[in-house]
Formats: sequence, structure tokens, C-alpha cells
Amino acid sequence: MTQQFYVSPEQLMKDRADFARKGIARGRSVVVLSCREGIALVAENPSPSLHKLGEIYDRIAFAAVGKYNEFESLRQAGVRYADVRGYSYDREDVTARGLASVYAQSLGAVFTAESKPFEVELAVAEVGASSAQDHIYRLTFDGSIADETGFIVMGGQADAVVEALKDRWNADQDFGEGIRAAVDSLRYDGGPNSQPREHPGSKTLEVAVLDRNPLTTRGSARAFRRISTQELDVMLNSDRASL
Amino acid sequence: MLPEDAAATIGRAASTSFSDYIAAQNPAALPSARNAANHSAGGADLAPHATTIVSLTYAGGVLMAGDRRATMGNIIASRHIEKVFPADMFSVLGIAGSAGIALDITRLFQVELEHYEKIEGTRMSLDGKANRLAAMIRANLPLALQGLAVVPLFAGFDTTRRVGRLFSFDVTGGRYEEQEHHSVGSGSVFARGALKKLWKPNLGEDDAVKVAVEALYDAADDDSATGGPDVVRQLWPVVYTVNGAGARRIPERMLAEAAEDIIASRSVSGREA
Repeated sequence: MTQQFYVSPEQLMKDRADFARKGIARGRSVVVLSCREGIALVAENPSPSLHKLGEIYDRIAFAAVGKYNEFESLRQAGVRYADVRGYSYDREDVTARGLASVYAQSLGAVFTAESKPFEVELAVAEVGASSAQDHIYRLTFDGSIADETGFIVMGGQADAVVEALKDRWNADQDFGEGIRAAVDSLRYDGGPNSQPREHPGSKTLEVAVLDRNPLTTRGSARAFRRISTQELDVMLNSDRASL
Repeated sequence: MLPEDAAATIGRAASTSFSDYIAAQNPAALPSARNAANHSAGGADLAPHATTIVSLTYAGGVLMAGDRRATMGNIIASRHIEKVFPADMFSVLGIAGSAGIALDITRLFQVELEHYEKIEGTRMSLDGKANRLAAMIRANLPLALQGLAVVPLFAGFDTTRRVGRLFSFDVTGGRYEEQEHHSVGSGSVFARGALKKLWKPNLGEDDAVKVAVEALYDAADDDSATGGPDVVRQLWPVVYTVNGAGARRIPERMLAEAAEDIIASRSVSGREA
């Protein structure tokens, strides 16, 4: 019979956390930012069909980095949670806070109990009546939850992108300005001392927004809207023209 | 080789149906979970009953209209009830029959379509939507046999064929595609008579609205359970159109105009309808 080596709980948790962190840092970053017109979600994603951003409910969106199969199953579970809740109570009883807390429980349980933690980091964003009432929750692989204001960057070299975005973002921007700021900042993921990358083209970007007033602008209660490549081209190019 | 349980998840993933999911998790939340066992037929007079719905195709789309009355035996249960709803961006459904169950089925159907769209990242095909609605009506069969039947009419814009299509259903979940126009509910016989005379191929949208309002007017004329335009309370039928741009509710102002035109033209002629 093989002897089980003793591993201290501290070491065990550290190993798992390092493992998850490594997986998450491997991909490109995702930016979620709040602005005047609503919440914009920007991801670098060459696939037009395997999404990193998704709609959860009327005013709630989902963004993720890490392993696709893991966050996709979490996204689907989130859609089920929201739809069941909205169907059995009422549509306004579905909140990002409720969803974020079940995600936190699920991620936390997997981190401690399963053989391998989820290599994902999630954001649950809910657009409010004004940017002060927006909620952006960040959920990490170990089940920690943080209520962030303004913007968050997840995955890849997130710290470098945060540094770049800090000077470019403010809460009064419209979608065009916010998305341009995010796309611009994504180029700085090489670290503080390296040169920014080439501008990522609209074909390698996945962008979605949560409209603040979807009922008046589009006649629908569903705030989530994907920005098409053509629309994104217009948004990004108006920036180059002004420079 | 895949472990057995891992492979089994692939089969389970074939259904992304919200109603299947909730049937497994919380079956009591489904409309069909109601059980009127031990009661013979006769539920019909206890619960509000929704009446006439008409639907017709026009150039570039399809239209659906419903009157505003719900009855309970010989009593008017509601003058304000709305019986035509958008199911999703490209389809609408109208309900006739037991109002409470019909409203629940409508709500479930709306969530079903939205759920599929969010999980799959694409909209269900129009035939797929009609089949899902048929399954929900079939699940209601035990209650239908006890007098609480729901008979919907479903219309939508087929985004691949680029045409408006409409479907009727029976209580056993039978699904029938209808051509040109169709109506359901207690006043449907009279409405259909009117539609046969008023409907023409390639109607414009405004004309289609007038035809629908007039068909409902004729239904209300002869069927006591169908409400006509109510000029005292300013209540008009609920009308939705669906075309390539999506489903749209026709504004009250247009409906008031259409209804008042019909009343005026019939008053002028001064005949027995």
C-alpha cells in the first residue's frame, strides 16, 4: 500500500491557487466597464461563435476568462438560475447580487472539494438607472467575490491593462469612447516596460453592451446587445479620425 | 473511451428546454401541474374564459388581433384583458380558452424561447417554436378534458424563408399550419366569415389592421363572449404585427381610428349589419 505524504492545508490551497492563476493568466484579458450609456464588455476573442461574453437576464451580463468548457457550463447554469427565478417570482426579482453569490458558492465548493479548481474568473454585471447604480461583481476561482466600481480587467496580464485603462476611462464616456479606451488598453498587456501591441482588429474582438434604457432606445426590456463587427469598425475608426 | 457518466451528459445536452428543466427541478411550477382530479367537466364556468383571436398574413408579414373580453359563464369577467402577446422578437401568440392557464402557458412559452436563445446563442426556428408550443398544449390535455382547454394561435416571421406564417393547435397538441388567415375562440366562426370576404392577397399593413378590427367587430356582433370596440372606455383590440423588422404593437391611436371608421360607416348605411 502506498503511503500518503502529508501536505499541509496551506500548501494544498496555495498549490491549487497557483494552478488556477496560471491557467487564467494564459489567455487574453477581458474588460468590463461602466459608462454613461451603460456597461460595455470588451474581450479579445478570435472566434465569432465561442463567446466569452453572454446575456444572463434583462439587465445582467456575464463575462469570463479561462477554460471555455468550465465557464460555459457556469454561464449556462447562470442562465438557468436567472430564468427559473424570474419565472417563479418576477422578472425584477433577478439580481446580479443573487447570481454572483451562487456563483461564489459554487466556485468555492469546487476549489476546496474537487480534484482540480475551476481555471476561470468571472464578472457579473448589472446595469442600473445611472452609472452610480451599476453593479460589477468579480468572482475568482476560489469563490471570492468583490463588488467593484467603475471597471474591471480579468485574465491575461490584467494589472498592466488596469494601469493603461486607469488614465483612459471615466464614468461620463459614451459607449464609443469607453470601448475605444478598453481596446486601446488591451494592447498594453505585455507588461509595464514592453511596447504596446498592434491595434487588435474588429475581427478579433468580441464586444457587447448593456444599454441603460433599452426600453426607450430599442423597445425591449433586454439590455444586452452584441456589437457587430461593422458597428465596431465604425466605433473604432471614429477614434483614429479624431487623433 | 469516455467514462459512462461523462458521455451521458452529451445526450442530456440535446434539450436546452426551460420547461423540461423546470419539469425536472420544480414540476409544481408548470401550468400543467394543476390537477383538477375528482371534478367532472364544469370548470369552464368557474374560471374566466378568453375569447376571439384573429390572425392574417399581409404583404411582408403576419398580424394577430384579439378582443378585450373575458367571460365567466354569462358574466363579463374582464373588459381589459389582453390576449395577444409577443413571444419573442419574431413571433406572437394569441390565446383562447381558460384564461388563467393560457396566461401561464404564455409566460412559460416566452421564457422557453428566451432561454433557448440565451443558452444556444441563436434563435429557435419558427417551426421549432410552434412544436414547443404544441408540446405545452399537449401537456394541458388532462385539464382540457375537464373543461379547462387552452387553444392558442401562433404567428411569426420565418427569418429563413422571409415570410409570415401562422399555426393553429388543437387540445391534443396537434399543430396545423394555416394559410392566409385563421381565427380561434368562441367568436371565431363569425370572424372567419368576415375574413373570407375582407382578406385579399398582399394587403398593406394599415389595411390588414382594418381587416382584423372589422373581423373582430363582426365576431362581437354575433358572439356575446367577444367584446366589440368600447368607445365609452376607449378600449380597442390588441393588435400585433410581425415582419422582417420584428414584432410591433399597433398604437391605440391607429386602432381607435380603425374602430371608429367601422362604427361610422355602419351607422351611415343604417342597415341590419
